[in-house]
Amino acid sequence: MSEATAAGPDGVGDAAATRRAIEGVWRIESAKVVAALVRMVHDVGFAEDLAQDAIVAALAQWPESGIPANPAAWLTTTAKRRAVDTYRRHARRDRALQQLAHELAEETAVDPAAGVDHVEDDMLRLMFICCHPSLTPEAQATLTLRLVAGLSAREIARAYLTSEPTVAQRISRAKRTLARSGAALEEVPADERTARLATVLGIVYLMFNEGYTATEGTDWMRAALCDEATRLARILTALAPDDPEVHGLSALLELQSSRLAARLDDAGRPVLLDDQDRSRWDGGRIRHGLDALARSDRLVAIEGGVRGPYHLQAAIAACHSRATPSSTDWPRIAELYAELARCTGSPVVELNRAVAVGRAYGPDAGLALVEQLAEHPALAAYHLLPSVQGDLLERSGRTADAALAYLRAADLATNAREAELLRARAARAVEP
Amino acid sequence: MRFIGMLRHDEGAEVTPATYERMAEFAREGRLNGTLVELGGLQPSAAGALVSLAGGRITAVDGPFTEAKELVGGYAIFDVRSRVEAVELGRRLMQIHLDTVPGWEGAVELRALQE
Repeated sequence: MSEATAAGPDGVGDAAATRRAIEGVWRIESAKVVAALVRMVHDVGFAEDLAQDAIVAALAQWPESGIPANPAAWLTTTAKRRAVDTYRRHARRDRALQQLAHELAEETAVDPAAGVDHVEDDMLRLMFICCHPSLTPEAQATLTLRLVAGLSAREIARAYLTSEPTVAQRISRAKRTLARSGAALEEVPADERTARLATVLGIVYLMFNEGYTATEGTDWMRAALCDEATRLARILTALAPDDPEVHGLSALLELQSSRLAARLDDAGRPVLLDDQDRSRWDGGRIRHGLDALARSDRLVAIEGGVRGPYHLQAAIAACHSRATPSSTDWPRIAELYAELARCTGSPVVELNRAVAVGRAYGPDAGLALVEQLAEHPALAAYHLLPSVQGDLLERSGRTADAALAYLRAADLATNAREAELLRARAARAVEP
Repeated sequence: MRFIGMLRHDEGAEVTPATYERMAEFAREGRLNGTLVELGGLQPSAAGALVSLAGGRITAVDGPFTEAKELVGGYAIFDVRSRVEAVELGRRLMQIHLDTVPGWEGAVELRALQE
C-alpha cells in the first residue's frame, strides 16, 4: 500500500486540520482496530493500549505523510508491530512467546489491508466480550461505550451522570475481570451465540433507555447516549443480518429517537405523547425505523412467526408513528401489548396494555385491568400505576378520584419534573 | 448528528467498475461502524425536473440542466458524532474517485440536518 500517494497531490492541509481529521478517523475506526487486535493478542486491555499507541504514532506521522487511504489498516498494522516488539522483548526471557512473536511477525508482513479481513467476526466478538456474563450490566455498558463506540471516560461519565474516575475505575475493573475469566480468548460456541446476542441487545436497549428516560436532565450527552445506542443497534444489523430481533431493536430505537425533539417543551418539561407536536418528529428516522421493522417482519416470517419483545415494541411505536392522536389504532396497540405481555410476563407491559385497552374500549375496561394489577407486588411502589389509574378515572368523568390518584402517583415519583407534572394534572382534573 | 453528503460532479463523467466496487466497500464499512444511514446514486438530470419560482412565477423545466455545470450525482446520509467525522467520510468519498477515475473532479457538500 502506498501511503504517500494516498494523501493526494497536494497533501491534506495543515497540521491542525490533520489533527482534527485524525480525531475523526479514530472515532470511526477505533472499534475495528481494537477488535482486530483483540483477536491477535487475546487481551482487551493490551489491545486497547496498543491501539492508543498507534494513534499516537499517527499524530506524529500523518501531519507529514498525509492520512493514508485506509487509516484503519494503517493503525492496525502499526499496533500489530508494537505487539510484536513487546512480545520480542518478552521472548528474550520466554522461548514459548518467541514462537508466537514469529507467527505474528509473519502475519504483519503481508498486506496491511489483510489486518481488517475478519472485520465482522472481530466486531461481533468484541461486542460479545464487552457483554460477557462475568461483568455487571453497568460494566458491560461502560465497556461497550468505551471499546465499540469509542467514547472517552469523560464522555461516558457525562452520559451516566457520574465522575470520570468512577468510569475509569469501572473500565479497568472490567478489564481485570475479563482477563481473569479468560473471556477474550474464548470463541463463543454456536449455541451460545443467540443467548450472548440477547445480552448484547439488552445492553444496547438499556443504554438507550438511560438516555431516553432521563432526558429531563439538561445535559446534551443524555440524548447523545440515545444516538450511540441507535448507532450500535445499526452496527448489529450489519453484524447479525439474519436475526429478526436485531432489526426489531434497531427499528425500535430509530422510532423512539424520532420523537426526542418533541418530548420536552421549551422549559425542559416532559411532553406526553398526546400533546406532542408531531411535526417535530423526525421523518427520516421514522422511515428507517419502519424499514427495519419491515425487514424484521420478513425474518420473523421465515423463522416461523414468533415475534420477539423488541419487534413487538417497535410495532407499537410504529403504530404511533403512522398516526395522529385521533387516528391512533388503539385496538391494534392493545393486541400488540397483549402479545408482548405474554412473551415477557412483565406487569409493566400489562399496565401499558391497560392504557391501550382504555383508549380502545373505554376507560372502564382499562380500569378493570389496572385494579387486577394493583395487587401485584412489583408495582406496589410504581408511580405509573396510580398515574394510569388517574388518567382512566379522569376520562370516565370521576375527576375527584382521578385527582387523588395523580397525587398518590406524584408522591411515588422519584423524578422531580414528573412529580410536578402529576401535581399539575391533579389540579387540572378538579378544575370546574 | 446527521449529515447529508451531496456528491457534485460534471454530469456525464464516467466512473469505472472499480469505483462501484470501492463505493460498495465504503457502504459496507459505514454499516459496520454505524456511520452510514443511507447511500444512493441519482439518475441523470434528464430523468428529473427543476421547479423554480422567480419574478412571482412558478415554472417547471425538464432536465438536463445544462446551465448547471456541476450536478448532484449521488448522496449519502451519515450519522456521526461531529463535523470532523463527516469531513473524514467526505474525504474517503473523494479518495475513492481519486484512486479509480483518472482526472475526476468534483466535490462532496456536507450539510448538517436540522434535528
